[in-house]
Amino acid sequence: MHALVGENGAGKSTLMKILYGMQKPDEGTIAVDGEQVTFSSPADAIARGIGMVHQHFMLADNLTVLENVVLGSEKLYGIGGNARKKIKEISDRYGLGVRPDALVEDLGVADRQRVEILKVLFRGAKTLILDEPTAVLVPQEVDALFDNLRELKSEGLSVIFISHKLGEVLSVADEITVIRRGTTVGTAVPAETTPRQLAEMMVGSELPTPETAESTVTDKPVIQVAHLTVYASGGASLGVESEPTAGGVSGMISPEVALGGEVKKALDDVSFTIHAGEVMGIAGVEGNGQTELIDALIGTKNADSGTIAFLGEDITPWSTRKRRESGVGYIPEDRHRQGLLLEAPLWENRILGHVTEAPNAKGFWLNIKGAQADTRRIVEEYDVRTPGIDVTAASLSGGNQQKLIVGREMSHSPKFLIAAHPTRGVDVGAQAQIWDRIREARRAGLAVLLISADLDELIGLSDTLRVIYNGTLVADADPATITPEELGSAMTGAATGHLEHVDEEHVDDAETTEEAAGPEDEAR
Amino acid sequence: MKKFDKERVLLAVAGPVIALVAAILLTSVVLIASGKSPIEPYTLMLEQAGYSDVQVLIVNQASMYYVAALAVAIGFRMNLFNIGVDGQYRLAAMMTAVVGANIALPSFLQIPLLLLVGVLTGAFWAGIAGVLKVTRGVSEVVATIMLNAIATSLIGYLTLDNIWGVQVGNNNTTGIMKDSGWVPGIDLGADVGEIYGLVFLAIALGIVYWVVLNRTRFGFDLRATGESETAAAASGVDAKKMVLTAMLISGGIAGLSGLPLLLGDAHTYSLSFPTGLGFTGITIALLGRNNPVGIAFAALLIAFLDKASPALDYATPVAYEKEIATIMQGLIVFAVVISYEAVRQWGLRRQQKRVGAELAAAAQNTKKEVTV
Repeated sequence: MHALVGENGAGKSTLMKILYGMQKPDEGTIAVDGEQVTFSSPADAIARGIGMVHQHFMLADNLTVLENVVLGSEKLYGIGGNARKKIKEISDRYGLGVRPDALVEDLGVADRQRVEILKVLFRGAKTLILDEPTAVLVPQEVDALFDNLRELKSEGLSVIFISHKLGEVLSVADEITVIRRGTTVGTAVPAETTPRQLAEMMVGSELPTPETAESTVTDKPVIQVAHLTVYASGGASLGVESEPTAGGVSGMISPEVALGGEVKKALDDVSFTIHAGEVMGIAGVEGNGQTELIDALIGTKNADSGTIAFLGEDITPWSTRKRRESGVGYIPEDRHRQGLLLEAPLWENRILGHVTEAPNAKGFWLNIKGAQADTRRIVEEYDVRTPGIDVTAASLSGGNQQKLIVGREMSHSPKFLIAAHPTRGVDVGAQAQIWDRIREARRAGLAVLLISADLDELIGLSDTLRVIYNGTLVADADPATITPEELGSAMTGAATGHLEHVDEEHVDDAETTEEAAGPEDEAR
Repeated sequence: MKKFDKERVLLAVAGPVIALVAAILLTSVVLIASGKSPIEPYTLMLEQAGYSDVQVLIVNQASMYYVAALAVAIGFRMNLFNIGVDGQYRLAAMMTAVVGANIALPSFLQIPLLLLVGVLTGAFWAGIAGVLKVTRGVSEVVATIMLNAIATSLIGYLTLDNIWGVQVGNNNTTGIMKDSGWVPGIDLGADVGEIYGLVFLAIALGIVYWVVLNRTRFGFDLRATGESETAAAASGVDAKKMVLTAMLISGGIAGLSGLPLLLGDAHTYSLSFPTGLGFTGITIALLGRNNPVGIAFAALLIAFLDKASPALDYATPVAYEKEIATIMQGLIVFAVVISYEAVRQWGLRRQQKRVGAELAAAAQNTKKEVTV
């Protein structure tokens, strides 16, 4: 099992794309089993026994596992009994536990991932490439995945594993290659390496930690959400085509959201308050209502009932633009879909979302000079690595795109920031910068709603933690004592109420969260 | 970042040039296949372009094409396909003619009034499709195509002589417009002809189009919606309002596209009023890449094919079918769509590579500095 780690824009994805035949190398060679090969398409790579499990699952929700697996390779074992037998065989052999006749939409994230792996094995892969497979999983699921991978390894398959999480890499990999700026900077053997050393190899600087220093929480409420309820899209608004479903973005819907004929509540009676200087983290498996919560807060999909107050004013009926103008910043969860105009130059992307505000506009007119000058400033201050501001956003790496977005949102000194996965797909160096910026603004009185799949980030950055499950806030926790594992089990719905670290003797106020507003917020 | 600017110009020009060359080559293949000279029709047509009366025809025709193409282009810029420019244009021309034939104000009021009637009629007709899309999710492509057919019937009904029409021989017309609503042209002499006065309106519209799209907040929102609907929504654009506004503007401009001819020469709407302007406008908007200058060139090119091709029928010693020009127009559409997408993707990849290369070079430099 070989792990590949490196900063964003270091060339990991490019390397994998070349290995999988999606891109052609300009120079150099690839050898499989000692034989030199050239791939002109993924089909060639598959024929050579190389398979890839993408970070974003490529599954059709409305088909069964069997149908998804045979899709596109019907010639191998047909589409009927033979294929089912083969799937069973693979599943049993590697302990994947996949049921061929389950509908994919009924499966959870971890199960979907196993289907993806099975899909690749079904096509006869001997080498598996996994692109950040743990990004979407809770710790328990990660362990299960690693067990599966070890099973594969013991059966003689090779696994190439891409990850940002250095701890995981060290625990599971046999060998690690670190790349930086397109070249290999070193290899490491996990037994002789610490995460810190690895990180230093990656960025050439120290490993950042998302620790919040002293509390800056004040008693001034910035955002007050009361009894917010949002119905799942598809139920109420039939015929509206432009409304993507929550999970559609990442291909993941929790089974609960997808099931059931009647109108499903994506958010059910959610209440919380965030004060100036407070970072409230929301933990949860993707598809449990986070997207709807963000949409309701930024105003792209309005609340079906309940109220949202911003600095004491009811903003529930406000348009997205009015909310943004009055100081709600937004780092979207999917930057390609919501945060950027990929084919527009950087300076136009700097205008996006703030087209009515200085320095981008003067009254009715755009202020192009002002926007360009300010883009240069952001590029400078946030270390966006780009040759200039006239290149398209698509030509930047993910981390640099994210730095541009963070820079843009912070430049309008927001009072409330919605930060959804602010460091997803961002390398360690940029991650530290983004955390610093958020902490800095927090000291100045910014209220932050932090939604993240990275539990270390959540615990490290938040002042208050809530767990969202199936559209309700089921638990809260103190980031000072909680561990990622405890948080992870609450995310699967196993624990509710106030989460206490197990070391402490008594679980005193487990039932206080029945009260919708939450005990911690009221106490402040 | 001069390099990237130069590159952008190159990319912008490469698409149309490749498309035109491909279209000419394919047309030549058709000519060869039918046993004719693959070169001579082009020289005959180019010869035509040298005559000043043909030039006037081309400019006049191009002005109408230009306005129609702007109407299509504004939809394209936000991913709306207003295929109904044709119906909007015909209905607007007819309504303008009716108003012009029945109301007589002084010129300085009459002409703005007529322009306004054209804009409002076109906007109204396109607005139906816009409202349907916003409220019921009906695809604007389907709605506008249907509205084209409905417009044809509606015009047929309204020009009956017991409604608003005037029967002239066996032609249904709207009657001759009052001459205070005639827009004087530039007379270049009896055997050359007259350039429509509203050619200048077309030019002005092109400038307004550019300024609004590139220099105003509204234009930014519109372009953002076209580039990424989701990003625009997150940035605060009200998608529904934007769809409706863009449809209204597109229809309004479409409503103006027949007026250079109507107010400058025909002075009545009749069965012989040209149809298909809106569809040609789609070709032109595509060829001109929704860019006002590009559209101007494209409009002139298509107008040239239109006005120079009839001479092919009378060529000596061998006559050619003037439909060669139609074949060529069709091939241009094909070639344009394919070559633009190819050039776009090539350009994006190329830029990604260059950015990567420049960053690597920059990294190399800093590394050197450190070691020195």
